Amino acid sequence: MRVVGKGRVDRDAPLNFTFDGKAMRGFQGDTLASALMANGQKLVGRSFKYHRPRGILTAGSEEPNALMEIGAGDDWIPNTRATVQELYQGLTARSQNRWPSLDRDVLSVNDLFAPFLGAGFYYKTFMWPKTFWEKVYEPTIRKAAGLGMLPQAHDLIRHEKAFAHCDLLVIGAGPTGLMAARAGAEAGADVILIDDQTEPGGRLLSEIEEIDGLPGWRWAREQAAELRQMGVQIMPRTTVTGAYDGGVYGALELVGHHLAERPEHLPLECFWRITARATVLAAGALERPIAFANNDRPGIMMAGAMRSYLHRWGVVPGQDVAVFGSTQSARRTARDLVEAGLNATLIDPREEAGAPPDVRLIAGAQIRDTNGRKGVTGIHLTTGRMIPCDAVAMSGGWTPSVHLTCHINTRPVWQEDIAAFVPAPDAVPGLIAAGACNGTYDTGGCLAAGLEAAGVAVEKLGLRPSFTDLPKVEGTPAQDHPIWHVAGPGRAWLDFQNDVTTKDVTLAAQENFVSVEHMKRYTTQGMAPDQGKNSNIGALAVLADVTGRSIPETGTTTYRPPFVPVTLGAMGAGARGKGFAPERLTTSHASSVARGAPMIEAGLWYRPSYFPQAGETTWRLSCDREVGYVRQAVGICDVSTLGKIDIQGADAGAFLDFIYTNRFSTLKPGRVRYGLMLREDGHVMDDGTTACLGAGHYVMTTTTAAAGAVMAHLEFVRQGLRSDWDVHLTSVSEQWAQFAVAGPKSRDLLNTLLDQPVDNDSFPFMACGTVRVCGVDGRLFRISFSGEHAYEVAVPARYGDSLFRLLVSQAEAMGGGAYGMEALNVLRIEKGFITHAEITGRVTAFDIGMDRMISAKTDCIGKAASRRPGLLDPARERMVGLKPVDSGDLTAGAHLYPVGEKAVPTQDQGYVTSVGYSPTLGHSIGLGFVHHGPERMGEELRMIDALRDVEIPVVICDPVFVDPDGGRARG
Amino acid sequence: MRINCPLCGLRDLREFSIKGDAVALDRPAEDGDWHSYLHLRDNPSGETRELWFHGQGCGAWLVVHRDTTTHAIKSVTLAAETTP
Amino acid sequence: MVELVAQMPLDGLDVSLGDARLVEMDLGPVTLLSAGQDSDLAQALQAAHGLSWPAPGGVVEQGEARILWFGLGQALLIGIVPNPSLGDHAALTDQSDAWAAMALSGPNARSVLVRLTPLDLRDGAFAVGRTARTMLQHMGCSLTRTGADAYLILVMRSMAASAAHDLTDAMAMVAARQTT
Repeated sequence: MRVVGKGRVDRDAPLNFTFDGKAMRGFQGDTLASALMANGQKLVGRSFKYHRPRGILTAGSEEPNALMEIGAGDDWIPNTRATVQELYQGLTARSQNRWPSLDRDVLSVNDLFAPFLGAGFYYKTFMWPKTFWEKVYEPTIRKAAGLGMLPQAHDLIRHEKAFAHCDLLVIGAGPTGLMAARAGAEAGADVILIDDQTEPGGRLLSEIEEIDGLPGWRWAREQAAELRQMGVQIMPRTTVTGAYDGGVYGALELVGHHLAERPEHLPLECFWRITARATVLAAGALERPIAFANNDRPGIMMAGAMRSYLHRWGVVPGQDVAVFGSTQSARRTARDLVEAGLNATLIDPREEAGAPPDVRLIAGAQIRDTNGRKGVTGIHLTTGRMIPCDAVAMSGGWTPSVHLTCHINTRPVWQEDIAAFVPAPDAVPGLIAAGACNGTYDTGGCLAAGLEAAGVAVEKLGLRPSFTDLPKVEGTPAQDHPIWHVAGPGRAWLDFQNDVTTKDVTLAAQENFVSVEHMKRYTTQGMAPDQGKNSNIGALAVLADVTGRSIPETGTTTYRPPFVPVTLGAMGAGARGKGFAPERLTTSHASSVARGAPMIEAGLWYRPSYFPQAGETTWRLSCDREVGYVRQAVGICDVSTLGKIDIQGADAGAFLDFIYTNRFSTLKPGRVRYGLMLREDGHVMDDGTTACLGAGHYVMTTTTAAAGAVMAHLEFVRQGLRSDWDVHLTSVSEQWAQFAVAGPKSRDLLNTLLDQPVDNDSFPFMACGTVRVCGVDGRLFRISFSGEHAYEVAVPARYGDSLFRLLVSQAEAMGGGAYGMEALNVLRIEKGFITHAEITGRVTAFDIGMDRMISAKTDCIGKAASRRPGLLDPARERMVGLKPVDSGDLTAGAHLYPVGEKAVPTQDQGYVTSVGYSPTLGHSIGLGFVHHGPERMGEELRMIDALRDVEIPVVICDPVFVDPDGGRARG
Repeated sequence: MRINCPLCGLRDLREFSIKGDAVALDRPAEDGDWHSYLHLRDNPSGETRELWFHGQGCGAWLVVHRDTTTHAIKSVTLAAETTP
Repeated sequence: MVELVAQMPLDGLDVSLGDARLVEMDLGPVTLLSAGQDSDLAQALQAAHGLSWPAPGGVVEQGEARILWFGLGQALLIGIVPNPSLGDHAALTDQSDAWAAMALSGPNARSVLVRLTPLDLRDGAFAVGRTARTMLQHMGCSLTRTGADAYLILVMRSMAASAAHDLTDAMAMVAARQTT
């Protein structure tokens, strides 16, 4: 209910919203939680396991009960805490985890089965009969489990990510943080001040105590305005989620959740990665509930939260409030309620307790039970009395929010005088904790702590701290007495989200799960979305009690990021769909797409698969035709994607001799040579051709997808192993657009475009040189991946598109045309040329019949290891060609077994690496690796593809299927 | 994690890739102990010297002397200037 | 004779969104110079073009020529064709077609870039006239601060469209924030 004259919502700006289909009203400045409370909505959800009716417990992001689905149609966001969701016009909210309605939830029957559903019940039940697990229990539990529902449509919500840097990061804009930020700014540091609320002030927003004669919230607002003037970057609605190495922090900013209508390009959330040279943690503290029987009824909330609702939003959950606690927070809540015209009874277990004026006090008593299933109606005291009430405020004490200080493998330290864990000093290098998160609970102390912490940080930054006056504060620190739990029958709740009670913790200890780590996993306490913010210390206290240890002796579990739940969309911002990786497009890309070529990925590059023509119903028809172009006329293929590395220097030749197995220092200018590159462990890394363009000047090609890795390797050799050599490596992959012109008519075609025609004498097989193509300076290489008379012509990339179109139209005029990756692959398999389908990482030069390419005289990368007997054993799986005995298609990845033997691993003879249909030969062909392969020519094997359920008889043959003498390339 | 590249300054980890222990710089002669060089590595909880490549930065290979327990980085030098 | 038609990587892109503008730049001749530590390239460069060899992160300008530090032992000469004599002291490779160049400018320019690069862009860390090799989203890039609110961005030509897309997307998102 709304309280007249209280709260700072804008009463001139009413907002309409719906909750579970019911129309309700609130005001600008309300959260969904405060608006629900204003509308008298006590019931906000059903608990996870027992489906117990639940109400709002807190006013912050630690809220365990009020989890809602926000949104409509296909576009909703589940598991949103109503305490964090700002109200906007037209907001639709739905409660979760109930059916058919919040009021009447069928699964609340679980509550009756509570005795069977205690800690670890799933280890002890649902075991008989055995078949029922998969068919009955698991599907049923799966359906009942979970909280919110995911929308079925793809999540197309826009998120973004961003980076920020600062000298001083201040986490939290309460009194501690505001002073720290000020001190930092005055000393000349770049400051970022982060707070999860819409406005600065932290705890001050919920209290009436004054600072420098102003209400705390107003003082905070003025401070923030001054800080902005001083250049402090203030980030509201932002929660720091994790502390990482090197002063790096993750933070989640809620950018659009509070808007009724979001501009098209506004992200909903932004995930920040902030690097800070120094940090002050001013994250505050969270109030602890007290565990007593039925302490989870709607209307029972934290005492501090009740003050937040009263002072920030002018609402209360009831008019006759029982306040339970032995803390200043409990006393203040009672005082403020009475001052607002409501009834408050303070229940304090200490006999000597005092109470504020006009507050009814019951000393020497505790609440041991409550009534009222869908809303608290009364409390039972340990003295025997029953007191009617319609709301309960509890205050067990305060727990400093130490989380970030424990993210880098440290545990907090117990401070006995405040019965709380506080951060260990220097737990996170560069981070200083101050204020309530460090165990200082009074405003004056917090202001001073913020100033002091910033002073230390600023000195470490090498800046001079400036003198800042401390503001005057009202009130004095008071001694709090913690209350952990009240003994007695009934279930007393610890973890509201996972429905864990004190009985569960006791049971865990009885079953010998006495370590806090075991208790956590066995009971699931602390494992829900609130990650134990409302239950960790309370559960720890119970476990300590039951096992006869102190709380510090029992210890805490590990705190891990994120501090609040973070959507995957925010963490992966910008990476959806094609945003996941950059697209690398060739200069012929637009032309290929215009011709209808489907594009496939090769690393980050896109390459055309084939170029369909009218009437071709399958890709195979296109592919067969394109293979024919190259074998009979002339084909054009964009090969720009292969890595091209320019190598220059006096030691360039020696460098190539070292990284390749074969000699390149003997390669003359104007010549190209095939090179094999090994890893240092003697296995094949890559192969390619390297051209000598002049003395000490070479251009190396590498495979498309591994170009970056090869370059990194070459730079390692250059910088790490041969740093005294004169050799320079520069990628020119992007500088040149390069096209294969392949087929019997290739020279004729080229001579229509070259300024100076070439012939077999001026440009024999494996020649290279500079040429002019239509007046443009280019390069020509006579190399062949197809086995035909072929060239690769390169021009500066700006002319790539133009040259490609020209080449293709010329080829088409000569009975040929463009060819894509499918045809390229068939052509090279017909010739037994390897690609990375064969270079699997386990293949050696010996396996592919190239061990003689390893120079005998000089050392090279991989030479020593390649000589290991195991890498030269004839029994190894070695490359062969394969073809069907009769008919059928070989499949890549299939394994090979002897005829007449069982297809079991011990009989495995090898595997198939590359396959294609050869239109040249009229049947399927393939390459593969077989034990003793080259010695088994003509032998039949069973090719079995277990994944595709294919089996055909195949025969081992020479891997060079077409033109074995190689004469066609040399023509 | 941030690495202080001698040429570029403090940079985010995503600009770098790791190769492994810096012993890789101490390449044996043809008849040397290749088994150790290829396959044997210490795995200390404490100080290590690692090879990192600033591939998305200046392209320098670096020797990073760091502590695997505290994650503190003690020094970063160019591999080209570091004796194994 | 048939003539080959030249194309720019981004077809002369020029887009303004909010307080930021992205324009494709034609850098003219671009050459990568790669030199060893002991080389006397610095003197040769001074003699041939009146330019000094840039220190890491530095930019040197002289008339039409600009030379950006570009990596370990590397610098990118922009705007003029290098004197062939430099080839005696350094490895030269033509890079005139290898890079897509874009100028990002406007009051929102830095806000746009913080969404794409982990580089510290604050005035103290990245002053006018400084250059860096870093990342733009997932792409390696060269980033130079050419003015208080102006940057020159170089990415590999093949990634031009991806880079332009990521930049204009970030520009739109920054502009959208200013409307709320």
